[in-house]
Amino acid sequence: MSIKQKTLDLKKRMQGALLGGGVKAIEKQQSMGKMTARERIITLLDPNSFHEYDLFVEHAARDFDMDKKHLPGDGVITGTGTISGFPVCIYAQDFTVAGGSLGIMHARKITKIMDHAMNLKLPIIGINDSGGARIQEGVNSLAGYGEIFYRNTMASGVIPQISVILGPCAGGAVYSPALTDFVFVVDKISKMFITGPEVIKSVLGEEISMEELGGARVHSEITGNAHFFAESEQECIQQIKKLVSYIPWNNAKKADPFPKKAPKTRQYKIDDIIPTDPREPYDVRDVIKSISDDSEFFEVQELFAANMVIGFGRINGDTVGFVANQPLVLAGVLDVDSSDKAARFIRFCDSFNIPLVTLVDLPGYLPGIDQEHAGVIRHGAKILYSYSEATVPKVTVILRKAYGGGYIAMCSRHLRADFVFAWPTAEIAVMGPEGAANIIFRNEIRNAENPDQVRQEKVEEYKKKFANPYVAAAHGYIDAVIEPAETRRFVVHALEVSSQKSELRPSKKHGIPPF
Amino acid sequence: MENNKNLMAEPNEDKFITLVVNEAGYKTLSNKMNDNRKPYEPADPSKIRSFMPGNVPELFVKEGDKVKEGDRLLILEAMKMKNILLAPFDGSVRSINVKLGEKVPKNFILLELE
Repeated sequence: MSIKQKTLDLKKRMQGALLGGGVKAIEKQQSMGKMTARERIITLLDPNSFHEYDLFVEHAARDFDMDKKHLPGDGVITGTGTISGFPVCIYAQDFTVAGGSLGIMHARKITKIMDHAMNLKLPIIGINDSGGARIQEGVNSLAGYGEIFYRNTMASGVIPQISVILGPCAGGAVYSPALTDFVFVVDKISKMFITGPEVIKSVLGEEISMEELGGARVHSEITGNAHFFAESEQECIQQIKKLVSYIPWNNAKKADPFPKKAPKTRQYKIDDIIPTDPREPYDVRDVIKSISDDSEFFEVQELFAANMVIGFGRINGDTVGFVANQPLVLAGVLDVDSSDKAARFIRFCDSFNIPLVTLVDLPGYLPGIDQEHAGVIRHGAKILYSYSEATVPKVTVILRKAYGGGYIAMCSRHLRADFVFAWPTAEIAVMGPEGAANIIFRNEIRNAENPDQVRQEKVEEYKKKFANPYVAAAHGYIDAVIEPAETRRFVVHALEVSSQKSELRPSKKHGIPPF
Repeated sequence: MENNKNLMAEPNEDKFITLVVNEAGYKTLSNKMNDNRKPYEPADPSKIRSFMPGNVPELFVKEGDKVKEGDRLLILEAMKMKNILLAPFDGSVRSINVKLGEKVPKNFILLELE
């Protein structure tokens, strides 16, 4: 055979493999409003940047007549490419090939590209669209999942790991996304659960649709398993591209800087955002936008535990992670969900050299038997742990209320914030004036002729004395009381002077955070 | 794309609730978790409930029977397991709310003691 003939033969082989499950299966996939695995990769990556590997891998199943079947690429596409010039490793399960089911060779393709990602110190993006384990391959398919989970764990905190759920992801398969840093879901397309509606019905007699059990909305609003919710695959892909622009390639690098831009101060007037009455709501994201470059804020887990706001922005061109109480929702309290949400984000930022900017305005922890019984002690402790553990630059701005345990938890000086600033509206106290006055002046109020009037006087008295930033400032617990309009200048400077920060922690195998 | 599904963008005045923390009332919006909160019900040992949905293939007592702590009351079959429910204290059976072989949902009061 001449080289031309050999090349022709290669092209023919490739053409077959590139079609995946064939024209009919592709049409079926598209009729469900889904892109094919290959389309997804091509749309996400820069034009012509995708380089595919292991196209000719064959499945290894021998039982149940599987040896007579040909599964192109064994149902998964793997390779490398770039997103806005940023190199990534990627895999996408191909639902058109045996339902994207995971056999041992399918798993080996995934673990091989994961090993590449670890060796090359590049992010790994996994697009999940699979019916689950390939039952015909038995325990080998379980082995495949296990190998993936182990690598997810080893890669955690070393390279960013992104999971995109664009189809079913059920049973054990859900644990790979669960171990990764960011999970993207699309309305009506993503489905994640451990046991599906049919099993639940047959065993428990309870009826529920797939969407209600583990659809995109459920995981974005209720479980917190997903971080980004999109209404279409196209929107999801735009979100992934945006996320990648904010994070570094690996834990030894910083995120690429962008050109510096001033905030849009005409749209976000920092002096006008917050009501001085600490019981009145406002949207803390407006404060974030009034200090971030170009007033950009890329929110993470927007729909889950909205009483806590987390996400990425830039200050003077460099990525920072914002963590802020949201007075607009549940008064910005800490609870089980918001603690989990913030703690995990803080640990991501710390792992990947992203400074933390914390904005504080909270009345404390959410009271309730359900919260206590759900373990708010254990969950709330995660915030303390992750802030204390973080060695990236930490800048805290106390906007208004910072009462009690909430004050300590939200990156106070005591948990080793590098800089703590407070607005003149700040109230840093052991509890709110109403609660404090009732305890301290209990006897005077009880014995008064007019208890309500005395109570009101005592609340006012306490407010005057303690509901301000100056008591904490007198003890040196905050570094400066600043005008709101000065916030960006102070944060920019604090981050500039912290740029060489290096803090050592006691040597240990690993800590034991209150999971 | 920014704030695409934002339910909070333009909140209606009537959506606001008052959340009380340490005796101060805060004007704020609720969220799904808060909407789904249920008032606490103290455990009542005299009500024998199904801890899982299932069916009752066997009943060892009838109404009015005297029982001692640890006596077998009935079997709740759930997830292919036959779970024997025992009397938590000495007493008598006030009422039985299931029939043999009947399917019951979770948290159903199967039997009441007194």
